[in-house]
Parts: sequence; C-alpha cells; structure tokens
Amino acid sequence: MIELKNVNKSFGELDVLNDISIRFEAGKTNLIIGQSGSGKTVLLKSIIGLHEVDNGHIYYGDRDFTAMNFNERKLIRKEMGMVFQGGALFDSLTVEENVSFPLDMFSDMNEDDKRARVKFCLDRVDIKKAHKLYPAEISGGMQKRVAIARAIVLNPSYLFCDEPNSGLDPVTAIVIDKLIHEITVEYKMTTIINTHDMNSVMEIGEKILFINKGVKAWEGSNHEIFDTENQSLNNFVFASNLFKKIKKKL
Amino acid sequence: MSFIENIGQYVLFLNRVFSKPERRRIFFDQIIKEIYKLGVNSLGIVVIISVFMGAVISLQTAYNLDNPLLPDYLVGYTTRESMILEFSSTIVGLILAGKVGSNIASEIGSMRVTEQIDALEIMGVNSANFLVFPKIIAAVFINPFLYVISVFVGITGGLLASYLADTVSVADFLYGVQYSIIPYYISYSLIKTVVFAFIITSVSSFYGYYVSGGSLEVGRASTKAVVNSSILILLANLILTHILLK
Ligand SMILES: Nc1ncnc2c1ncn2[C@@H]1O[C@H](COP(=O)(O)OP(=O)(O)OP(=O)(O)O)[C@@H](O)[C@H]1O
Ligand SMILES: [Mg+2]
Repeated sequence: MIELKNVNKSFGELDVLNDISIRFEAGKTNLIIGQSGSGKTVLLKSIIGLHEVDNGHIYYGDRDFTAMNFNERKLIRKEMGMVFQGGALFDSLTVEENVSFPLDMFSDMNEDDKRARVKFCLDRVDIKKAHKLYPAEISGGMQKRVAIARAIVLNPSYLFCDEPNSGLDPVTAIVIDKLIHEITVEYKMTTIINTHDMNSVMEIGEKILFINKGVKAWEGSNHEIFDTENQSLNNFVFASNLFKKIKKKL
Repeated sequence: MSFIENIGQYVLFLNRVFSKPERRRIFFDQIIKEIYKLGVNSLGIVVIISVFMGAVISLQTAYNLDNPLLPDYLVGYTTRESMILEFSSTIVGLILAGKVGSNIASEIGSMRVTEQIDALEIMGVNSANFLVFPKIIAAVFINPFLYVISVFVGITGGLLASYLADTVSVADFLYGVQYSIIPYYISYSLIKTVVFAFIITSVSSFYGYYVSGGSLEVGRASTKAVVNSSILILLANLILTHILLK
C-alpha cells in the first residue's frame, strides 16, 4: 500500500503538483491518467524519490518515505521495481546481464541460482531467444518486456511503470498491460502505472487517479469512469471519436 | 549556471563519486573494463602522434643547428627532453582530453537522458560512484604507462627521422638521448600525467552526469567537457611547473 498526503511539487515558479492525496492498494493495478504535461511523470518520480516533494508525505505501508534519509530509503528502494518510459535498459549490457544486474548488485545468490532466476523472469515476460542480444538489437516492445523482467527480478513489493505501452501497437500494448496485471495479482504488489491510453484504462484500471494540470480531479475505477459528471475527465475520456460513438451506443 | 555554482556542484559531485563501492567484485571488474576502454584504446593515437612529433622535433632541431660549435648529439638530447618534459605529458593530455573526454561525457550523458542513471538510482545504486569512480582510477593508473610509451615511441620517431633524412648519425643521436638525464624531470611529468588523468575523467564525467534534455544537449556537454578539461590541463600545467620546477 502506498499513500500520498497533500503532496506538492514545483519547479521554480512552475507548480506541477498541487495538494495530491490518494491511497494505492496492494495487489491492484493503480493507474495515474491525465493529459501530456499534466504531471504524471513528476508524480511518479516524486513517489519513488527521484524528485523531492516540497510539502506533504508519502507512505510505504506505515513508513514515511519523505522523512527518510538516503540510507533508510535505500532499504525501501530494494523493494521497488521501475519500468521507465523509454525502458532505460543499460546499453552496454546484454538482455540477460540487464536482468541479472540487480541480483549481482544486491543479492547473495550463487551464479546458478542467479541464472535460474534470470531465466524465470525472462520466461515470465515471454523473452525466449534474445538473452545474449544488446538492447539496441531488440524491438521496442521487447525492450519494455525486458525492462519489466529487470524490475521484478528482486521480487519487489512495489512496481512502477511510466507509460509501459507507449509507442506499441494495440495488440502488444494489451499483452504488456495484462502481463503487469497478472504479475501484480500473483505477487500482491502495489503497482502504479502512468498512462494516457484508454485501452489500458478499460483493461486494467482497478483504481484510477485522474490528474488535470497537477490537481487531483477524480478518482475511481474503470467501471465508474463512463458515468462520471466530471467535465475535464469526460473531455479526456471521450477525446476520441471511437469512445464518443461507444458512449452514444451505450 | 554561474562559474561559482559550477565549482560547488563539481565538489558535491566528487563527494558522491568518492564513496565506498557497493560490491568490490563488480568494482574491480569495472576498473579492468575501463582500463581497456580508456587506456588500451588510446594506445593507437598516442603512438601515432608521438612518433610524428618526435620525428618533427628531431628534424627541426637538426635544421636549426647551423652553428658548427653546437654538437650533433644535441638533436637526440632535445628530442628526449621535449618528449619527457612537455610533449608526452601535456600534449598527450590535451589529445586524450579530446578523445577520452568526449567519449566519457557522451557515454554518461546519454545514460542520463535515456534515464539509465535514474534506473541505477532507483535500484539504490550510487550512480556517480558506480559510473565515475572506476573511470578515474583506471585513467590515473594507466595514463603513466601511456606517458612512458609516448616518450619511447617519440624518441624512436626522432631517431628514425634523423636516420632517414640523414641529419645526424645514429650514434650521435643515441649519445644525445643518454646525455645528462635528470630523473626528477620524469617524476615531474608523471605527476602531471596523473593530475591530467584525474582532470579529464572527473570533469568529463561531471558534464555528462548533469546533462538535461536530449541528444543535442549530450553533444553540447561533450564539447564543454573537452574545452573545459583542456583549459584546466593548461592551468594545472602552469601551476605544477611553478611548484615542481622552482
Ligand atoms: N525536471 C523538471 N524541471 C522543470 N520542469 C519540469 C521538470 N520535469 C517536468 N517538468 C514540468 O512539469 C510538467 C509536467 O511534466 P510531466 O513530465 O510530469 O508530464 P506528463 O504528465 O508525464 O506528460 P507526458 O504524458 O507527456 O509524459 C511539465 O510542464 C514539465 O515541463
Ligand atoms: Mg510522462
């Protein structure tokens, strides 16, 4: 469980996040949605501590992350996995070495156990033949899947994904969404996903936070999102003709 | 960013770089890799430039020795002294600032803009320490060897040129090379080499590490890295020469 209380963040004059409070549950896929530039990435990076918040608190379970120093955070960091917007695989390492990296760094496993764990995670994301290739030699969708494998290799309690399916075709995008959802349920992780993809919202939006210009404008589930009166959310959800038509039909 | 802020940030950066590595094994592996990348891969350019510079110095000295009172062995002597004192330390340092410096700044810079550094941080790895410390150690260790190689290759180039252009005899040249060697000059240049290695790796890493934006900024950072480490090398050269040769 991750809880935000009155989180504020600005860059100089620019207020990016304004008084955001929300609770993200364990074992669920929690989505942060909003237009480009609304502050999704900044919010996610604030939650994981890549940005320092100006005000407010972020709790991991009952531990106040905002009050911790570098070394205390380091312990929580070992429970986190993150899939970055561009994958952020290490260029100089092969697929296999990328996934093994957190194990090399932080576990005391022997080589055989490590190899088995890496294979298990790569199998889990359906990467079968690319183990020895470098990130530049595999496709964008495969890079995302390898990034997911790397993020879950240490069995994290918290998984963060910044637009895990941006730049992917609809079929692959849904494969990745479902994969993240399955892993989340399987390992009872608290998963937070940034997205502006309505397909993801419908597919795996168990809990949704909609932010508009850095303010929390709505929270709910994918079952409730079509019936909302919230104007800015409606503008976001029904931006495409497809969804407008679906709404008329309903 | 102002000059003073830059220096402050650089000091804070070094403070993060020089902390205890997470895993000793991985740290040593990294150092070996960097020795290869920074040292062995620079060998070619160091050898080529040194051989030509040694050759040119010997020819210039020979053609300027009109005065019959000046002995022929001066050609070998001058070549050796130029290589030992200035060329193999400072000029090679400047050339490595161009080659190694831009390489480091663009490598670390592109890791920054593609969020690879963030990925390290989120795992709980001190990215500055992990990426930069091995580079500094590797360069400080390997550059003195490059210096020694440069001196030998340069003298050989000088010898070859005087033989081919028939300026002075091989025996005279070799006599000059061995004439009145001052070992302290070699220590002085080795000290300079180590300081320059530190400047090149730390300054270039610094500019790469704090890139923000895209590939355009990475290019800009790598230019800044080369220019500023070159200026610092020249400055350090002046200061060290004043301190060490006074
Ligand atoms: N490091 C930074 N310094 C200053 N301003 C920033 C920084 N990072 C983000 N911003 C600003 O914060 C605002 C929100 O950006 P953010 O990246 O969170 O948007 P986003 O919702 O993730 O958009 P997208 O869907 O396009 O990824 C933008 O106006 C951006 O310019
Ligand atoms: Mg974003």
